[in-house]
Amino acid sequence: MRTDRGRGRRGLLAAALLSATAAATHGAWAAEEAAGSPEAAARFGADWQSWQAANDVSDIPSVQRGARNFVSYCLGCHSLKYERWSRVGEDLGVPPRLLQQDLLPPGDKPAQYILTSMPAADAEAWFGKTPPDLTLMARARGQDYLYQFLKTFYVDPASQTGANNLRLPTTAMPHVLSELEGLKRAVYKEAITGAEGGQAIHQQVFDHFEQIAPGRLSAAEYDGFVRDTVNFLDYVSEPTQTARRALGVWVVLFLLVFTWLAWLVKREYWKDVH
Amino acid sequence: MTVKTATGAPARLPGAAAPKKGLWAWLNKRLPVDAFLSASATGYYAPKNFNVWYFFGSLALFVLVMQLVTGIFLTMFYKPGELTSFDSVEYIMREVDFGWLIRYLHSTGASAFFIVVYLHMFRAFLYGSYRAPRELLWLIGMLVYLALMAEAFMGYVLPWGNMSFWGAQVIVNLFGTIPWIGTSLVEWIRGDYGIADAALNRFFALHVAAIPLALLMLVVLHLVALHETGSNNPDGIEIKEKVGPDGKPLDGIPFHPYYTVKDLVGVGVFLVLFALVVFFKPGLGGLFLEAPNFEPANPLSTPEHITPAWYFTPYYAILRAVPDQRMGALLMLLAVVSFLFLPWLDRSPVKSMRYRGWISRTALALFAVSFVALGYLGMQPAEGLYVMLARIFAAIYFAFFLLMPFYSRIDAVKPVPERVTYHAH
Repeated sequence: MRTDRGRGRRGLLAAALLSATAAATHGAWAAEEAAGSPEAAARFGADWQSWQAANDVSDIPSVQRGARNFVSYCLGCHSLKYERWSRVGEDLGVPPRLLQQDLLPPGDKPAQYILTSMPAADAEAWFGKTPPDLTLMARARGQDYLYQFLKTFYVDPASQTGANNLRLPTTAMPHVLSELEGLKRAVYKEAITGAEGGQAIHQQVFDHFEQIAPGRLSAAEYDGFVRDTVNFLDYVSEPTQTARRALGVWVVLFLLVFTWLAWLVKREYWKDVH
Repeated sequence: MTVKTATGAPARLPGAAAPKKGLWAWLNKRLPVDAFLSASATGYYAPKNFNVWYFFGSLALFVLVMQLVTGIFLTMFYKPGELTSFDSVEYIMREVDFGWLIRYLHSTGASAFFIVVYLHMFRAFLYGSYRAPRELLWLIGMLVYLALMAEAFMGYVLPWGNMSFWGAQVIVNLFGTIPWIGTSLVEWIRGDYGIADAALNRFFALHVAAIPLALLMLVVLHLVALHETGSNNPDGIEIKEKVGPDGKPLDGIPFHPYYTVKDLVGVGVFLVLFALVVFFKPGLGGLFLEAPNFEPANPLSTPEHITPAWYFTPYYAILRAVPDQRMGALLMLLAVVSFLFLPWLDRSPVKSMRYRGWISRTALALFAVSFVALGYLGMQPAEGLYVMLARIFAAIYFAFFLLMPFYSRIDAVKPVPERVTYHAH
C-alpha cells in the first residue's frame, strides 16, 4: 500500500490514515465501548479547563506512538519545519529501515525536514488560514493547551467545518480525529455571568459534553492517543530536553563538589584572619 | 600563611614572586604587571567584615564575562534579519552541537545578571555604599545599570519572537511621548515606520558591539573608582582611618588571596543555582523565556498581555499606573533616575543600616517590598485592582526618595563603633 508511488504524495494522507487505523486498532475497539456505559459517559467534560496532559517525554514508546499519530493524522496539513526525519529516528530509537518504511512519506529523505505536502496557498484557500507549523507549539501554548484542544472538539452545525472547539473557539481546524473519538455535542446551561444596571446578565455557558456517535476508539484509548500525540509534540518542541536533564545532574554534582572544595580552601586561608 | 613579611610589604604568593632577572623581570621592566597585580589584588586591602551581600559584585563581573563568551558563540550562528533571526535561533537550539546549552546560558545569564545587580544595588542601600566618598562610584554603577538595561532590551528583541516584536514596539513607542520630536525620533530609532528588519539589525549591532564596549569601559571605571576609595563594609566605617604602623588598614586584608578564595565559593553557590535553572527549568515558568516568544514575530497577532522581561516590570507597572501616557513615561524615567540622586538625598549622620533607627529601616523595607510588588504587578493585566495597587506602590517608591532628606535626618542613630565588627569563624 505504502509503496504505491504511482499515486504520489496525494495518496499519502489516505494511505497514512489507513495504516494508522490498523495500528491503532490492536486492542478491542468495539463501537459500544467507545462511549462506555450510557449513564457514566453521558455527561463529561465539565472540568475540561483543568485537564492536564501529564505527559512524559522520557517515555520513548509513548513518543514513538505520538510520532506515528502525527504522521497519520497531522502531517497532511501541519509541518514540523525545524525537525528532521533523521533526528526523530535517532532520538526515538527508530532504525533507518523502519523510519523509511513506516514514517517517511514516499520520496522524502531522512535528512529532510518534516514538511507537509499540502501547498500553503491551497491550505489558505481551503481553511481560511495556513495550518500553523507545530514544531514549537508545545512551548508556545503548553502541553495542557494541546491536550485540551484535541479533546474539546464538538459538533457545531453553524461552523464551516461542522466542528467547534472549547479551547480555541471558532477554530479553522476540522475535527480530523472524529473517526477515532466519535462525535460529541456541547450542552449549555443558563448562568448569571455578571450584572449591568441592576439587571443580572443571563448567558448560555458550556456545561458538559454528550457523546452522540461512537468512534473507533474507546474514551480511554482516545485519551491515550491524544496524550501520546502531545508527548511527541512536546519532544519535538525541544528535542534536546532529555539530554539536557541528564547532563544537568552531572553538572550540578560537579559544581557541588567544586563549591565544597572551594569552601575548604577558603576556610584554610581565612584561619589567620582575626 | 602570614599576611605580611618582616618589611611590612604584602606577602607574595609563591608563583607571583618577582625574580630579579629572567623573563618575568624583563617583562616587568616593560609592562608593570607586578605593580598592577600588587596594586589591584595582593596589595589592595578590603575590609575583613564583608558579609553575604558582598558576593554580588564579583558575581556580576563573573556573569558579565559569561555573557560575553556565550554571546560571541551565539553570534557565530545567529543571523539577524526579519526572515532569518527566528530560524537561526531554532537552528542553534536544535542543530548546533551544544547550541542549546550556549543559548540557555545566555538567556538565563541575562536574568541572572539583573538578579545579581539588583542585590548588589540593595547592598549599597543597606550599608550606605553610595555615600561620600563613593558618590562617583555609585553614579558609574548606575550608568552600568542603564547600559545593562539597554543591552538586555535589545538582546530580547533579537530572537524575533512575537513578544520580542511587541515588546520592542511598546518600548520604542515610549520615545514617541516626548513632545515635538517624539514621532520623528521613533522613526529615526526604528529606521522604518514599524519595528522591522532595520530595527532588528541595528539592535543587533548595538547589542553585540556598541553597548558591550560601553559596559566594559564603565565596569573598568567602576573598579578603578572602587579601588581609589576602597570598599565600604557592613559597618559603614572607613577602614583607611585606622591604619597600623605599616600604613595598612588594621581592619583590612589583601583582596588576593582572601577575597579571591571567598568569592570562588560565592561563584560555586551561584553556579549550582544557575545550573539548576539552565538544565532543569530554562524558561523558569515563563519568567526567563516567555511562551509567546516561541512563535515568530507577527505584526498581525498581538499577544494576550504584552509584558517586558521581568527585570523591567517594576518600571512598566509605574508606566501603566498613570492614565496619561506621557506622564507615565516621565514617571517611569524618574523612577530609574531617582537612584542617581541617592548620595545627596541621604542626610543620615551614619552610613550603615546597622546604626540607623526604625524610620530608615522601615522606609527601606517598604521600598524593597514596593519594588518587588511593582515587578509582580507589571506582569499582570493593567486593570482594576492591579492598577490601584500599582499606584499605591508607586507612591511608596517615590516617597522613599522624595522624603529621604527629611526622615534620614530626624531618624535616631546608634553609636558607630571605632573598628569593624568581625567574629573569626
